[in-house]
Amino acid sequence: MKLTASISNSFSRSQVAERTWPIVIDVSVAGALLAGFYLMLWVAHSWLHSAIPSVVIHRSPRYLPGYALESTARIFIAYLLSLVFAIVYGYIAAYNRRMEALMIATLDILQSIPVLSFLPGVMLAMVSLFPSKQIGVEMGAILLIFTGEVWNMAFSFYSSLKTIPRELLEACSINRFSRWQRLMQLELPYAAIGLIWNSMVSVASGWFFLMVCEMFPVGSTHFRLPGLGSYLQTAASKGDIGAIVWGLATMMFIIVLTDQLLWRPLIAWSDKFKFENVESAQRITSPILHLLRNSNMLQYLSNRAFLPIQESFYARLAHGSQRLLPAAEAARKRRKRIPIAFVIVIAVAAGVAGVLAFHAALLLKSVTMHEVLQLLLGAAMTFLRVNASLLIASLWTIPVGVAIGFHPKLANVAQPLAQIAASFPATALFPLLVIGLMNLGMGLGVGSIALMLLGTQWYILFNVIAGAMAIPSDLREVSGLFRFSNLQKWTTLILPGIFPYLITGLITASGGAWNASIVAEYFKIHGTTLRTLGLGAQISAASDRGDFPTLLLATIIMAIMVVTINRLVWRRLYKLSETKYRLDG
Amino acid sequence: MADTIIRAKQVEKFYAQPSENRIQVISPTDLAIYPGEIVALLGPSGSGKSTLLRMLAGLSRPSAGEVLWHEQPLSQADINVSIVFQSFALFPWLNVQQNVEAPLKARGMPPAERHRRSLKILDTVGLDGFEAAYPKELSGGMRQRVGFARALVVEPEVLFMDEPFSALDVLTAENLRSELMELWQKKTIPTRSIFIVTHNIEEAVLLADRIIVLGRNPGHVRTDFKVTIPHPRDRKSAPFTALVDYIYKVLTKPDVPPAEMPLLESGRRVRDQRQMHYEMLPHARPGGIAGLLELVIDLGGKADIYRLADELAFEIDDLLPIVDAAQLLGFLKIEEGDVSITETGTAFAESEILRQKELFREAALAHALLLRQITRALSSKSDHTVPEEFFLDMLDEQFTSDETQRQLETAINWGRYAELFDFDAGRRRFKLPEAEEEIVAAGDETE
Repeated sequence: MKLTASISNSFSRSQVAERTWPIVIDVSVAGALLAGFYLMLWVAHSWLHSAIPSVVIHRSPRYLPGYALESTARIFIAYLLSLVFAIVYGYIAAYNRRMEALMIATLDILQSIPVLSFLPGVMLAMVSLFPSKQIGVEMGAILLIFTGEVWNMAFSFYSSLKTIPRELLEACSINRFSRWQRLMQLELPYAAIGLIWNSMVSVASGWFFLMVCEMFPVGSTHFRLPGLGSYLQTAASKGDIGAIVWGLATMMFIIVLTDQLLWRPLIAWSDKFKFENVESAQRITSPILHLLRNSNMLQYLSNRAFLPIQESFYARLAHGSQRLLPAAEAARKRRKRIPIAFVIVIAVAAGVAGVLAFHAALLLKSVTMHEVLQLLLGAAMTFLRVNASLLIASLWTIPVGVAIGFHPKLANVAQPLAQIAASFPATALFPLLVIGLMNLGMGLGVGSIALMLLGTQWYILFNVIAGAMAIPSDLREVSGLFRFSNLQKWTTLILPGIFPYLITGLITASGGAWNASIVAEYFKIHGTTLRTLGLGAQISAASDRGDFPTLLLATIIMAIMVVTINRLVWRRLYKLSETKYRLDG
Repeated sequence: MADTIIRAKQVEKFYAQPSENRIQVISPTDLAIYPGEIVALLGPSGSGKSTLLRMLAGLSRPSAGEVLWHEQPLSQADINVSIVFQSFALFPWLNVQQNVEAPLKARGMPPAERHRRSLKILDTVGLDGFEAAYPKELSGGMRQRVGFARALVVEPEVLFMDEPFSALDVLTAENLRSELMELWQKKTIPTRSIFIVTHNIEEAVLLADRIIVLGRNPGHVRTDFKVTIPHPRDRKSAPFTALVDYIYKVLTKPDVPPAEMPLLESGRRVRDQRQMHYEMLPHARPGGIAGLLELVIDLGGKADIYRLADELAFEIDDLLPIVDAAQLLGFLKIEEGDVSITETGTAFAESEILRQKELFREAALAHALLLRQITRALSSKSDHTVPEEFFLDMLDEQFTSDETQRQLETAINWGRYAELFDFDAGRRRFKLPEAEEEIVAAGDETE
């Protein structure tokens, strides 16, 4: 049950779905992003031909602990960066009326863009910016993981801030809390639960990207970072099944460990931030947290060290607190003009962005009509694949999920498993699956659907489980009492009942499938390249060749498709699920 | 007069609209709080009670006019106020003691002093032994005690209370009220004045030294008087009931409309004068209206509003909208705090359901402007549907967005009951009921 609420409000696109804004904002955001992309490519170009240090990836399991450590460090550095960014961004968006619509529209577009197509550009740009090339690659990888992790967290923090009850804010104002005090006392605790659940989702998607961006070619150069991802890729390209299994086992170990040592204690701890007036009967427990709470040594440390530090920190926050009440503040600030310098800076920035966007558009001129047609064809193919994978996933997850959800005992076992399965990066399994597919004699055309499925079906499964569990038992009794036929039971009770959850799951899955297409449709193994016709493959191939105009165009096409589908299909369905199919009246 | 603690000079609150109209929430009002008194602010919903409280407490800035603390503007005055909230507004992640200490911590008070003060105040409000409990473990009454402790721990000069007892059950509220009075009268707390917003008339008469009654649309002071009944007050005593009755009379007397809004610079005449004081639908359900009428018939066709409220254990916010609605529809007449049922009212209450709907339909079309407008708009369209936005835009000029929403909700409720029109919640459109087809369809389904 806990999963229910948290997952449904963890999914950020759903929060933006309720908002609308003028198309002008969309267009200007898209323009600014285009400019940024061009700038990145431009920096990247200046480096493309210098030498790179070669890193050898060993296939012996002896090296695995070290690799695993490095990968984990990358994930968590990126995670911490995204946490800070999310809080700052969410805070500004929530409290600055002028910026709000623009910032939220930006988030909406940014999270629709396939991160993986940024890979070559970001890597090359970072490498050319940093004197030591290895540091550059490292930074590039972290930046990419960051972009995969950050958006949903920023959304979660933003929407938490927007839903803080007014009277709590007033309680802070009347006691003249400063902004810092309010952040520490009210806003962070209030947002904690959403942030923690989103952190789990984020770290999982961080692993997904890490697997890909630790090792990849751009043109003639090969980037490599020692880590779990590069280990698995090396093993796959050599066809070393033993090493692949070792790598996967390590991955699984890390995921279970993170779950037990980090997420469970955090979730159990965050229970106290729950904004509800009654105590819930069901709660997640964590032995680790229990241990920590009851440890004498930690207690001692906390009393002697942490509390005093916290106290003095807080005293400093309170210091110089000649603060005014909001009304007096407002009177003082009244009619503050926007400084002219600010306007000029904004205008110049807009101008520069415009010029860059124009250059980026010029870059597109070198793409031939034939290539454009190919890209559109590829887009259509990928569109079909994404939807096929969603359909197949729904076909098996809905019956299974409902069966599990209707049996609480089964659900208690299955839910954590589904959760772990969902946080296991599908990209880590790709090599194994591709080898399997090759042995079966299947090409990537069909195989890539299987690869997409691998990453996305879990989201649908655990949302369906949660939805089935949320159907009130008296409704089920009614359908039993009136002897509904099976068909009638599904159409009048089960499908409408799980609808909101199913939609949430499908939205997440659809985003994931588009992103996965980039790695699923183009794969290097045994020294050969497997590929099929599709937009994802075209993006991968373009970055492989260092063909930036095609890369740019393909990325734009994919972003437009994702944004359009979101607006036209998912947002409407989500609205419907919020109004017509809500179970709690 | 004694020196004032807080003085409001011609404060008003309005929301500017894109057009030249504006939504006036509170019309220009003068108000002062003096030391040593408990002031109760009474008024029906929509009279801007809470808004007025927030302006006096310095949480919200008046759109015009100013609030003075010790005769000085807010930004220069130093005055200690706190608020007890209706929803308690406790931090769920802090235990009782941490909650109470939070305001002191915000002021940078060292821990030892904080603990001493918070323990003392927890003792005062009877929360000994609950220091380590979390709000969600406590009952509503205990939670509001924490709310009081948190407000009192800063030793406020003025204690504001925004319907502090309305989320509690009757007995708990009574208990807390009498304890508050004890603290106040024995001067256990250094607070010099208490300002309480309430919609419970008896509560106001029980506690207050001065009662201010607000009217609505826009909010304005209807009367402001001192209560001289000595404490402790007995609810059954003659002066007490007489005063409660008097307040009911004030509240139900037809309101003199407040002064016209100033003319706009352009001097443009508003197209439809009626729209400036757009009639507001009282938020009552048809079933509630019928129930009230039946009760009035049982009481002999004529009743004291005070007695009705007592009989139903209703507070004014529950009862007044129903009375207003019945009056608007011509089912009831109100004179001097007494209601008497009209002929149509009797007919309505005593008919069976289909006839009831018919009578309601006639009354609604005759008296309720919004329903008439919706019906007219629907019948003038060829497809007989109109999107919700059309009416939202129309009402937005007159009401705040919350009120607009409520107006439409009430209209939909009445319209559906009277079978004047229907509303498709999925497509957000009003439509005329396709009477015959629907009956046929319904008949099919039941077979």
